[in-house]
Amino acid sequence: MGEFDFSVWGPSLPFIRDGLLFTLRLTLIAMTGGIVIGTLLALARLSPIVPLARVAGAYVDLMRSIPLVLVILWFFLIIPYLTGKPVGAEVSAIITFTAFEAAFYCEIMRSGIQSVSRGQVHAAHALGLTQAQAMIHVVLPQALRNMLPVLLTQTIVLFQDTSLVYAIGAKDMLKAADVVGKNYNRPVEMIVLSALIYFAICFSLSLAVRQLQKRVAIVR
Amino acid sequence: MNTRHALLASLTLATLAAPALAQDTGTLKKVKDNGSITLGIRESSDPLSYLDDKQQPVGYHIDICNRIVDAVKAKLKLPALKVAHQPVTSQNRIPLVGNGTVDLECGSTTNNEARQKQVAFAPTTFVTNVRMAVKKSSGITSLGQLGGKPVATTTGTTSVQLMRAHEKGKGIDFKEVYGKDHADSFLMLETDRAVAFVMDDNLLAGRIASAKSPADYAVVGEVLSIEPIAIMFRRDDPEFKKLVDETVTGMMKSGEVEKLYARWFMSPIPPKNVNLNFPMSEALKKLIKAPSDAPAESFNKK
Amino acid sequence: MNYHWNWGIFGEQVKGGDETYLDWLITGLGWTLAVSLTAWVLALSIGIAVGALRTTPSRLLVALGTAWVELFRNVPLLVQMFLWFFVVPEFLPRDWSLWVKQEMPAKEFVTAALCLGFFTSARVAEQLRAGITSLPRGQRDAALALGFSLPQAYRHVILPQALRIVIPPLTSEFMNVFKNSSVAFAIGVMELTFQARQMQEDSEQGIETYLAVTLLYFICAFTANRGMAWIEARTRVPGLIAKSG
Repeated sequence: MGEFDFSVWGPSLPFIRDGLLFTLRLTLIAMTGGIVIGTLLALARLSPIVPLARVAGAYVDLMRSIPLVLVILWFFLIIPYLTGKPVGAEVSAIITFTAFEAAFYCEIMRSGIQSVSRGQVHAAHALGLTQAQAMIHVVLPQALRNMLPVLLTQTIVLFQDTSLVYAIGAKDMLKAADVVGKNYNRPVEMIVLSALIYFAICFSLSLAVRQLQKRVAIVR
Repeated sequence: MNTRHALLASLTLATLAAPALAQDTGTLKKVKDNGSITLGIRESSDPLSYLDDKQQPVGYHIDICNRIVDAVKAKLKLPALKVAHQPVTSQNRIPLVGNGTVDLECGSTTNNEARQKQVAFAPTTFVTNVRMAVKKSSGITSLGQLGGKPVATTTGTTSVQLMRAHEKGKGIDFKEVYGKDHADSFLMLETDRAVAFVMDDNLLAGRIASAKSPADYAVVGEVLSIEPIAIMFRRDDPEFKKLVDETVTGMMKSGEVEKLYARWFMSPIPPKNVNLNFPMSEALKKLIKAPSDAPAESFNKK
Repeated sequence: MNYHWNWGIFGEQVKGGDETYLDWLITGLGWTLAVSLTAWVLALSIGIAVGALRTTPSRLLVALGTAWVELFRNVPLLVQMFLWFFVVPEFLPRDWSLWVKQEMPAKEFVTAALCLGFFTSARVAEQLRAGITSLPRGQRDAALALGFSLPQAYRHVILPQALRIVIPPLTSEFMNVFKNSSVAFAIGVMELTFQARQMQEDSEQGIETYLAVTLLYFICAFTANRGMAWIEARTRVPGLIAKSG
C-alpha cells in the first residue's frame, strides 16, 4: 500500500497536547492516591487484626483478578445505578484508577515493609516508640525508599493503562489521536504517532528508574 | 441460574438503591437541582452526531437536542443552564441514560422493543436503511455475492443481528469481521480486510464522504432492515417526555426539521465540507406529517 | 431503581440466532482461554530466551535482549494490538498483505495471540533476568570450571534454579495474561469482553452481563493463581528459597 500521509500529525498536535495533559494528570492523581491507599491496605494486610487483614486481602485479590476494562465499566455504568449519583467520565476515571492501582501498590509496599529487618522494629520499641510511631518513623520511610524503583515501574504501567479510558469516552491522548484520525481519515498514521509518543515517554521514564535503582542499591 | 438467589440478589440491590433514587424523581428536577444538563453525543455517527475539526459535537441530532435544551431552559426559567457533553458508544449509551450520567442522548440509536424496556424515545427524527458499502472495483452489488467473503460490521450494533438472521435464511455463508466502531469497520473495508461493510446507510454515506477517495466506494444491495432513529432519555418520566415530544413535534410542524435535514444531508458539512446528497426518505416524510415513537418492529412487520 | 432486572436472560435466545446468551459467553470464554494460553506459551519461551540473553557476557546479545524488552514494554498493549492488526500488514508485499488480511485462518486470533505473547515476553524476560542475577555468581563460574560450555551451564545449572526463584512473580504475569487478553476485542476477537459488549447491546441487560463476565474472569485468574501455587510447591528447592507470603 505505502500510501501513508504523515502531514496529519501537524494539525493533530493541539489535541494530542490536551489529551496528554489529561493522561498525565490522571496518572499523577492515581499514583498519589494509589500509593497512599495502597500503603494503608498493606498495613491492614499485615495487621494482627484478622478480619481487617482478610478484608484488605480480599479486596486486593479481587482487583488483581479482573481486567481493568471491566473495573472501569463497573465504576462508570453500574455504581451510579446503586448510588443514584452519576459523577461523569473524568471523576469516574480518577476514582477507578486510584482504587484499582491501590491494590498493586499495596503488594509492592507489603513486600517493602517485610523487607525491613525485624531488628529495626525491636530497636524502635526498645527506644520507647509505640507500634504506630515505629511504623511511621522507622519502617515506612525505609520501605518507601527500598521500593521506589518498583513503585515507579508500576507507575509506568499505570501510565500505559490510562489508554483504556477510551471505554468511557474520557479524552486522553489515545482518544484525541483517534478522533483526529477519524476526522482526517488517517487512523493508521495517528496510531503510529501515539505509539511513538508513548514509547518516548515510557522509555525515558524506565531509563530514569534504572539510574535510580543503581543509587538505591548502594544505600541498601 | 438459581432463580431464588437471583431474586434475592436483585431485591437486595433494589432496596440499597431505593432511598438514593427516591429524592431525584424526574429529569427536570435533576437538571434544575444541578444547574446543568448532560447530552450524550457520538463521535462518528455522521451526520447525526459527530465531532468536527475542533473536536466539538455537531450534527442533525445535536441541533434538534439544542432546541430541546432551549425548551428546558424556558420551562425551568434557567437561561444560564450549563450544557455538558458526554461521548457515548453503542455499548454504554443505554446504561448511561439509565444511571443518570446522560440526560438526553443525541446520537443514532434505533428505537426497538428491547430498548423501550430500559429507556424512552422522542418521536422518530430519522429513518435509516441497513445496507452495505463496497469498493466499486469489487463488482459486488448484492448480498448473494458475499458467500465465503469477509464482511465487516461494528460490534454490538443491530446490523450484527440482521446479518445473522439473513445468513440463516438464505444459506449464504460469509465471514463476519468486527470493528470496535464505525471508523474501524470502514478501515477494514478500506484496507481490504473486508469486501463489504454492513451498516445504516447514512453512516455509510458519511464514512464514504470523508474517505481518501470517495469515488471508489458505493452503497449497494438490498435493504436488510428499515430502522427508526430517535433521541433517547430516561423512561417513566411523563413530564420530561411531554416536553421533548412537544418540542420535536413542534419543530416538525413548523418545517424546522426539514430545514435542518437540508442543512445536514443536502449541503456541504464540516469537517471536510462534503455534501452527502442524501434525500429524505418517504418513510421519514410520513413520520414528519404524523409523528410517532413506534419501535422498529412495527416498521418491519409488514 | 431505574433498571429492569432479568436474571433469566442467560437462558434466552439471542436475536436472529439459535444460541442462547449463555452459549455466547461460553464461546467467549473459549476464545479467552485460547488467546491467553497460546500467548503464555509464546511469552514463556521467548521471555526465557531473551531474559537469559541479557545475562550473557556478549554485549551484542545483551543489547538485542534489552532492545526487545524496551520495545514491547513501553507501548500500551491496546496500541500494540492496533499496530499489529492495521499497520504491520501494510508493509508486506501486496500479495502477502492480502493473504494476511483475508485468507489467513483465524487472523484476529493469530494477531492477538502474537501481540499479547510478545508484550508479555518482555515482562517475563525482566523477571527471569532478575532471577538469574540473584543467583550467586559462583554457580556459573563453577559450571564453567567443570568444563560446561556457556549454553550447557545455562541449560543445566542456571536456568533450573532461576526458573524456580521467579515462579511467584511469574504467577502475577500469568494472571495478567488472562486479564490483558480482554484488549483483543478491539480487533474483533470474539472473546469474553467482546461477547459481553455484544450481549449487553443485544439484550439491554448490562448489569447481569457484566456481573457474569466479571465472575468468569475472576475464575480464570483464580485458577491460574492456584495452578502456579501448586507448581511452586512441587518445585521448591529445599533449603534455598523461603516460603513466600
